Amino acid sequence: MAPTPRVHIQTEDFDLSAEVAALRAGDGGVGAVTSFVGTVRDRTAGQPGTISTMELEHYPGMTERAIEAMIDEAFRRFDLRGARVIHRVGLLQPLDQIVLVVVSSAHRGESFKGCEFLMDYLKTQAPFWKKETTPEGARWVDARVADDAALARWGLRSGNLPATAA
Amino acid sequence: MSLSSTNATVTVRYFASLRELLGASETVELAPATTLGQLRDALIARGGRHAEALARGRALRCALNQVMADEATPVPAGAEVAFFPPVTGG
Repeated sequence: MAPTPRVHIQTEDFDLSAEVAALRAGDGGVGAVTSFVGTVRDRTAGQPGTISTMELEHYPGMTERAIEAMIDEAFRRFDLRGARVIHRVGLLQPLDQIVLVVVSSAHRGESFKGCEFLMDYLKTQAPFWKKETTPEGARWVDARVADDAALARWGLRSGNLPATAA
Repeated sequence: MSLSSTNATVTVRYFASLRELLGASETVELAPATTLGQLRDALIARGGRHAEALARGRALRCALNQVMADEATPVPAGAEVAFFPPVTGG
């Protein structure tokens, strides 16, 4: 039987409670579930209301496979029982949910670490691009050096930004 | 790079700001043993929008057959290559 896909790239919204319930359904070995939800801010540079829309582009096929490989790596590093990632694409509004990472484990330590690892990895290695619309017009969001640094904590080099980028 | 009768054909895909400048994809003829970096240079040498979008001063990433790759990687015939800006998901 083919395993249930652990990665979903979709335009539709998602329901955190339903995803958590599905991930741990029937698994009595689960003692911890950690979830992360990323949402669209309505602001840049701390100015509320400066973002009117956010558009997400991906690389169909590669994006799904890249995240599947990240989940495989998370299972190698941590004692996880389940994992699921949902990432939305298309046109989003401020306050919308963008991304969900849920992992389950026997105990909280591995569960927290697995969730944070997957999110740090996804941020710098999964092919998604954000374009935000502001009063000055639409612009592609720049990658952040801080995201590369977050991945480096796990002993992985990002390669998302050149080493010389400020 | 020089064109020859042994050229390989590859598909080059662009995403995000590169897609807006160059379109979603194009077919390119390559000399054998061309690397991703040499392909980028050949596209830059066309000038115009290619030179702007793929300029060496821009931080870009590339993929070979839908896996992240570095510019030293050779491009096999029939490959799907992609160039795109640093990723910003999540």
